[in-house]
Amino acid sequence: MTAAASVPPARIQPVRRPSTARSVGVQLLLCAYAVVAFGPILLVLIGSFRSNSDLLGQPIGLPGSAGLTNYARAWQTASLSTYFLNSALVSVASVALCVGLASMLAYGLSRWRFRGGAVLAAYVIAGLMIPAKLGLLPVFYMFESAGLIDSRLGLVLLYAAGGIPFSVFVLMGFLRGVPPELEEAALIDGANEWRIFRSVVLPLMRPAVAAVTVFQFAPIWNDFFYPLVLIRSDEKYTIPVGLTRFIGEYAADRGALFAGLVLALAPLVLVFVFATKQIVAGLTAGIGR
Amino acid sequence: MAFCLPGAGLYSAMVIYPLLTALVYGFFAWEGTTRGPFVGVGNYLEVLTRYPISSELGAALLHNVLFFVGTMAIQNTIGLGLALILHRNPRGKRFFQTLFSMPFLISPLIVGYLWSLLLSPTFGPVNAALKAVSLESWAQPWLGEPDLALPVLILVNAWQWIGGPLLIFGAALGGIPQSLEEAAQIDGARPWTLFWRIRFPLLMPAVGVITVLTFIGCFNVFDLVYALGGTSGGPGGSMDVLGLLYYRTAFRGGSNAIGESSAVAMLMFVLIFGVALLLERLLRRREVQL
Repeated sequence: MTAAASVPPARIQPVRRPSTARSVGVQLLLCAYAVVAFGPILLVLIGSFRSNSDLLGQPIGLPGSAGLTNYARAWQTASLSTYFLNSALVSVASVALCVGLASMLAYGLSRWRFRGGAVLAAYVIAGLMIPAKLGLLPVFYMFESAGLIDSRLGLVLLYAAGGIPFSVFVLMGFLRGVPPELEEAALIDGANEWRIFRSVVLPLMRPAVAAVTVFQFAPIWNDFFYPLVLIRSDEKYTIPVGLTRFIGEYAADRGALFAGLVLALAPLVLVFVFATKQIVAGLTAGIGR
Repeated sequence: MAFCLPGAGLYSAMVIYPLLTALVYGFFAWEGTTRGPFVGVGNYLEVLTRYPISSELGAALLHNVLFFVGTMAIQNTIGLGLALILHRNPRGKRFFQTLFSMPFLISPLIVGYLWSLLLSPTFGPVNAALKAVSLESWAQPWLGEPDLALPVLILVNAWQWIGGPLLIFGAALGGIPQSLEEAAQIDGARPWTLFWRIRFPLLMPAVGVITVLTFIGCFNVFDLVYALGGTSGGPGGSMDVLGLLYYRTAFRGGSNAIGESSAVAMLMFVLIFGVALLLERLLRRREVQL
């Protein structure tokens, strides 16, 4: 396609127009980095469709005749299916609890004036910069005495709490831009606080809630540190811990390892592909002043 | 306020209370899980001076610093370079941005396992590729060599996070008013001058955001190193970092594990929280001057 190059510039262009050689060089550079960025992922994807003897004989090659057998081994024999279910359960419950509590908190902090409100807001937002994982050991003993070791509920409580500062930060930023007239109207109509929150504020906050949900999901789905310490039985493992066990046990079965990695990384990539809009909206909501 | 109670309560119980408890734990000597006498800063002195934990702490801190500096240098140079190229050649910009940021979407643990498979000495594609272009002598046991492990770790980390600087710098470049650049060009500024005198100063706020985020990420690192080098941090502990050291002290430590690991946790807390605050202040002041 050289048509674009022959069209005269519509407006004043920078004095030095890039020469053809230079623009080819630029494209080559971009493609080279594309190989660096995406090549490793592609290698794993291709590897997941090759048989073990192919993989050992020729580490780099085209997808072979293995079909989905690697995936079947990883999914069933290595019980990745169980880990998937656990991860889904824990992530969904944590995000729901976190977003629910955070929207109430953000609403209370930004719409109702009460003594210590500003201090409470600062106390919660400060959590954004606190490395919460350093409290793991006390959490461990606290959970031990409360019977929450080896319990998915314990994980849910931890994740929901850990996500509160970020969610409150974004939701409060969003509420600042929403005029309170609707709520005042509802108050005059005789709605109580809870009713106003549920029927007026929550629907208004929907875009910000969507952004927060997507943002919370990834780190919780990916978390390795908490379940590594707090979950003990195999049937309660989430994907990261399960994957670690799987990598140790199936070290010789490279095809299954590649398939397992693809299975583990696929859900998040899908979530992101389908939620790009929410992510962008969430980013601007967080950064906006 | 009734609306604030549940959220604030859960946050206090699961985030703030454990950290305060760790602070208290650190001031006592422990015998297993039984609390012994108050020892003041005894545990802190212990982890800072008693061999081997004192030298492990120093090494881990050094590795964290190198990890941060190395990641910053590589991801920002390449990220800014690519952002500039895409800014000047917008054709296919979205496509390349998406492709370059792809590794960003994968969890650090999976990135670690992915690279440990790709870099494995005998059956790894990386060494096979080197062999294919007859650079056999370059083939290495990448993660098994004490001198190589940390640089490889830094490269893998930069590979994963390059999308951050790329997108942030891209947005910042797009936000520079064209009139400024055109005015400079009319005044006869060469591309080099244009970059250092006009664009670079205006990119400083972006550099600030990236520095703080990278710092927090690099000093909290755990998953990636665990996947690439295991609990002990690779060959001879050459990739050992503070996060791993804390984990080992807390759950594999001696009889005073609680006291010592709490001291380690508090030192890390002060370091991470303090430096992050300081960086933010420093960069914000810088921003105002411009």
